Amino acid sequence: MRGGLSLWVGGTLVAVALFVAIAAPLIALTDPVMGANLMNAEIPPGLEFPFGTDAQGRDIYSRIVYGARISLTVGIVSQVCNSLIGVTLGLTAGYWGGLWDDLVSGITNLMLAIPSLIFALAIMAILGPGLVSLLIALGLTSWSYSCRIARAQVLSLKSQGYIQAARILGYGDLRIMFTQVLPNILGPLIVIATLGMGGAILAEAALSFLGLGIRPPFPSWGSMLSEAREQITTAPWLSVFPGLAIFVTVLGLNLLGDGLRDILDPQSTTRRGA
Amino acid sequence: MSDPLLRVDGLRIALAGGKTTYNAVEEVSFEIGRGEAFGLVGESGCGKSITALAIMGLLRRPLSLAAGRIVLDGEEIQKASAAEMRRLRGKRIAMIFQEPMTALNPLSPIGKQIAEMFVLHEGMGWSEAMDRAEEALRQVRVPSPERRIRDYPHQLSGGMRQRVMIAIALACSPELLVADEPTTALDVTVQAEIIDLMAELCAAKGTAILMISHDLGLVANMCRRVAVMYAGRIVEAQPADAIFATPRHPYTCGLINSLPRLGERARRGRQKLQEIAGTVPAIAGYPAGCRFNPRCSEATDVCLTVSPEATPLPADGLVRCHHHG
Amino acid sequence: MLVVLVRRLANIVPTLAAVIAVIFLLFSVLPGSFVSAMNEDGRTTIDPAVMERMRKEMGLDDPLPTRFAKYVAHTAMGDLGTSFRTREPVTKLIGNRLWPSLKLVFTAMAFAIVVGVPLGFIAALKPGSVVDTISMVGAISGLSLSQFWLGLMLMYLFALKLQWLPSFGYGDGGLRYLALPAIALGVGPMALLARTTRAAVLEVLNADFVRTARSKGMSERRVVEWHVLRNALVLVVTTIGLQFGSLMGAAVVVEKLFSWPGIGSLLVDSVFQRDIPTVQGCILLIVTFFLVINTLVDMAYVAIDPRIRYR
Repeated sequence: MRGGLSLWVGGTLVAVALFVAIAAPLIALTDPVMGANLMNAEIPPGLEFPFGTDAQGRDIYSRIVYGARISLTVGIVSQVCNSLIGVTLGLTAGYWGGLWDDLVSGITNLMLAIPSLIFALAIMAILGPGLVSLLIALGLTSWSYSCRIARAQVLSLKSQGYIQAARILGYGDLRIMFTQVLPNILGPLIVIATLGMGGAILAEAALSFLGLGIRPPFPSWGSMLSEAREQITTAPWLSVFPGLAIFVTVLGLNLLGDGLRDILDPQSTTRRGA
Repeated sequence: MSDPLLRVDGLRIALAGGKTTYNAVEEVSFEIGRGEAFGLVGESGCGKSITALAIMGLLRRPLSLAAGRIVLDGEEIQKASAAEMRRLRGKRIAMIFQEPMTALNPLSPIGKQIAEMFVLHEGMGWSEAMDRAEEALRQVRVPSPERRIRDYPHQLSGGMRQRVMIAIALACSPELLVADEPTTALDVTVQAEIIDLMAELCAAKGTAILMISHDLGLVANMCRRVAVMYAGRIVEAQPADAIFATPRHPYTCGLINSLPRLGERARRGRQKLQEIAGTVPAIAGYPAGCRFNPRCSEATDVCLTVSPEATPLPADGLVRCHHHG
Repeated sequence: MLVVLVRRLANIVPTLAAVIAVIFLLFSVLPGSFVSAMNEDGRTTIDPAVMERMRKEMGLDDPLPTRFAKYVAHTAMGDLGTSFRTREPVTKLIGNRLWPSLKLVFTAMAFAIVVGVPLGFIAALKPGSVVDTISMVGAISGLSLSQFWLGLMLMYLFALKLQWLPSFGYGDGGLRYLALPAIALGVGPMALLARTTRAAVLEVLNADFVRTARSKGMSERRVVEWHVLRNALVLVVTTIGLQFGSLMGAAVVVEKLFSWPGIGSLLVDSVFQRDIPTVQGCILLIVTFFLVINTLVDMAYVAIDPRIRYR
């Protein structure tokens, strides 16, 4: 995909999603949780309710708008968490090597052996449903990739002698890591983080759909889909809009990530996971 | 020269760089006789490699052949169709590249890569082609060829791989071999062997060689005539012994002077290695007038403004200089 | 060859052991054990004395290291414990569900490979063309879809509205029942494979040895057949192996959506019922499967790329 176009389209979609999330109280029509009115149950999309209403008579449009808050919060927070963990571990592992490196590499291999959604599922099983547990589960299970990349970058810089040169100049370890290594990783990292946000949103939707994430009545897009399932024959629009919202947001993030990759990481360090 | 094998006339290769188009190579003209070894010398970035690619018809975006003629055996080929060029490549013109490691398919046995030539151009079946491949390996003096044909490129040394490349290139006895820095990536001890091998095989098959290198000494030893390129232009062309005995262009003089010769300079009382001051200009920043003027100790006003024409020299030579032409 | 396979499979064991340890520890931390979960739901109120007896019976009162040791020992002998819920051996529960899951996962992956790889190839051979653009737009869209949402939409369209296919269940296990779940599951990997293949082929097309091949006078088609194919395949094979992991994660949701009687839906159900031995067993099986697949992929890699063979 041409870098320029991806960047702009993706950026626009993400900006729209962010705007919707932030401005939710202003642009929503009703309260997403409390605005239930059984008299309005299961009305198809129309003038009064642009996306229709659900079985409890809540306006779908408003719920989707508020749902953006949940999805984006989960996406951003969990990805920041993953990046922090991954970079710290990878950087230090590559830098100091030895036993610490062995340990980190071992743990990373372990993490990679367990599919991340299943790991998150297991953690959710222990912690119980809810936003906080979701953030913990998703924030702790996807750091392996950034860890690998960070570590590889440090090792590459090591082999090129940058680090040794800095040491000879008398730079302290922390200073080297921050001023020499980190700027080199930043590009690929941002790309991974952006793409990871999309993954986190999809994961949240899946977990909420299963009933293990955000539980009704809270308007997570995933939980809305799990509610919608029952009414698929009578009220199909309930299934369309939340999924569409997920699609548009994740698509935006993926396009943005792609576009960023062409700018920040042209040597395709991150291409393996596409 | 009457009836040359290859004539390049006024070649201009354009480089498309976003909004502007640069001329990477301009007004390049030379001739190569049948069976003749011709050398093209210059520093990296002077355009010699892309000239070679242009002759092979292998230029890809953003490079393109903008003007000039390439005449092979009396026929113009610069506008030949892709299919016509394909028929020429491998059969009449062959090329070997600088990096033998990456120039061979890492996943295919070398015997097969040689045999491909016979299957492609002589319509042979694979088993016969493999026999011929073994024979070709023997010709380039690879030991135990019957075993080696099943080896993969990574199992061979650099020199060996280059021998394989030579075997591939000469498999169908082409009329012209274009060799782009074939020894640059090899150990010094191996270089001489490879050059000797090339010279010997080409002489035996009557193949002309276009030898491209940055090493003037190497080229002058091997070739009958030498052309020196600088910043996309040929600045001097002479027979090999003449170019060493009586170099005309200041750049050529600089190149010859910078060749370290054991004892020679010490005898003259000089301690440091000679160098040509300055660096090769980038394509986008070619100087006005004579392109060599920023680095030339003899540059005058006319050199800064007017681009010198090619002055013919005896024995089909030329030089492009205001002061020495 | 067989010796190498066995040796490589043996390499999985330490990782597997570590995974068992992690999962076990995770679940031992579970605040509510099965019995109190029953109380939470309010469905059954059990006499505390009965609860005590049940706990003793299930060995929940032993100290952690003992429980862990017992668990490892049992697992090594193929006994994954007894389900809290149904009192059946976990191995039996999982055994019933193994084949449907395998069918689903392999069909989905086959679909992804058969559609995605050629698509990526064609896109790379004609970069910038209409085919390329459409394929890549399609691919990135496929990656952005929620797979269960896709399943839901497919279900609505093909099963409920058009009535061409059944909307859920395993039925006779035939293609009619397999189709929708497999497609829903396979679209994601298909999209990724298309992109990866395209990138790999483009990279190979720019390689030096392809230039050599062209200089031999080969037609573009021959260049692709003789030189590009195998080299691009290397990267594609690695991606396929990795994709199995995310495929199995997504399979959990798709199975639940389509009421597919596989390990994924068993896992979800067990989590809700706090049936810890079953949960552990399911996760263990999934991880083992993934590791085995990756080992096989590694070996396929060796078969394709001779540079690794001689290590």
